[in-house]
Amino acid sequence: MKTAISYPTEGAMGKTGTWRVFRPSIDIGKCIKCWRCWIFCPDAAISKGEYPVIDYEYCKGCGICANECPVNAIEMGREEK
Amino acid sequence: MIVIDTANHISALAAKMARARVIAAYPITPQTTVVEKLAEYVESGELDAEFIRVESEHSAMTACIAAEAMGVRTFTATASHGLLLMHEMLHWAGLARLPIVMVNVNRAIGPGWNIWSDANDSMAQRDTGWLHFYCSSNQEVYDSIIMAYKIAESQEVMLPAMICYDGFILSHTSMPVEVPEQSKIDEFLPEFKPAWKIDVENPITHGNIVEPHYYAQIRYDMQVAMERAKKIIEEVGEEWGKKFGRDYGLVQEYKCEDADYVILTMASMAAEAKVAVDELRNKGEKVGLVNLRTHRPMPFERLKYDKIIVIERAVSFGLGGIVYNELKGRVPELYGFIAGIGGMDVSYRDIERMYELAKEGKDGWYPIEVK
Repeated sequence: MKTAISYPTEGAMGKTGTWRVFRPSIDIGKCIKCWRCWIFCPDAAISKGEYPVIDYEYCKGCGICANECPVNAIEMGREEK
Repeated sequence: MIVIDTANHISALAAKMARARVIAAYPITPQTTVVEKLAEYVESGELDAEFIRVESEHSAMTACIAAEAMGVRTFTATASHGLLLMHEMLHWAGLARLPIVMVNVNRAIGPGWNIWSDANDSMAQRDTGWLHFYCSSNQEVYDSIIMAYKIAESQEVMLPAMICYDGFILSHTSMPVEVPEQSKIDEFLPEFKPAWKIDVENPITHGNIVEPHYYAQIRYDMQVAMERAKKIIEEVGEEWGKKFGRDYGLVQEYKCEDADYVILTMASMAAEAKVAVDELRNKGEKVGLVNLRTHRPMPFERLKYDKIIVIERAVSFGLGGIVYNELKGRVPELYGFIAGIGGMDVSYRDIERMYELAKEGKDGWYPIEVK
């Protein structure tokens, strides 16, 4: 039986971090560890360390984390490559 | 146990006895009493199922798709405009290979507003990848629903199934129906084993983007499954016959062995045609009847007759009779009548008349234009 089933694997769509125009950076001095960025990241590119850790291999730079951060600890800066 | 009830209540009873676990449906004439009866069963605790109330038929089918994708047996019922609103999701259910079972009570499409029987609603869904069954009595409605689950859920098939019957002629007419014990139905229809399911323990994604070559394979696999379904329909029909005494298959033949002409029709017109065949036989005419129970897959193998007279309650504008045109080129002598549109009564006398007209070499829209 054939239908459109796929199994989630890390990086199934390639290194999507290369799509990034704006780069989020976290000011850990401001971070209150509420983990809203971790919950809202649509690409699961934020993991839980002592503070949130962004995986730039897969972060597309959508800015949702910065928008959701209640203490403005995440800044979106232009990607320089 | 003999139950005397309408086809709609019999449908609800069959869905209950098939142990459907999720029911999502929206009421529409002439199907409404199916949904009402099921709601009653759930409310009284007679049926252990989730009844999802929805705001449209599109949502009803979507809810069934979602539940079935979780590995749960589902049921829904609709008619006419409701079925047409489901059209997009009917394709989805087919392509996702989800064996949902649905009742469609055949009803004409507006405008002008018409609530009487007409098969154009379900005929317009014939390319959606659903198995299509047509019933000519309330007993057939009961039997076909239970069998449909077994056929649709077969690992060799895994396609949704639509059970069709005429609005009012069957839906609101009480007839005696033999209903087996629940334990016998459970024996016949084991628990649903899905081919795939959405499960948090074993995460998958369904319906992602697929490249053309893979999409083509998905479509091809559906065609192959439809062909395999022919064998399964015959096997399940035979098993039903052995267990409950009523044999079924892709078609039902009546007095065809020595027939010069065979009348081919479906749904309640097939019951009426049986009377016509008896009347004609009394007059010395060698005529038989094929009740086309299954329209998808199309059982060409079972329609190898030299002279066929098709009588159907639907039309493809710009082409003509649908079943007639599907058979064209496969039958040496073929006549096609479009009759009963919008619920026009087709009595056995009309069928006898169509037979006589075909013998004169005539066919067409009965009784509007026959030549």
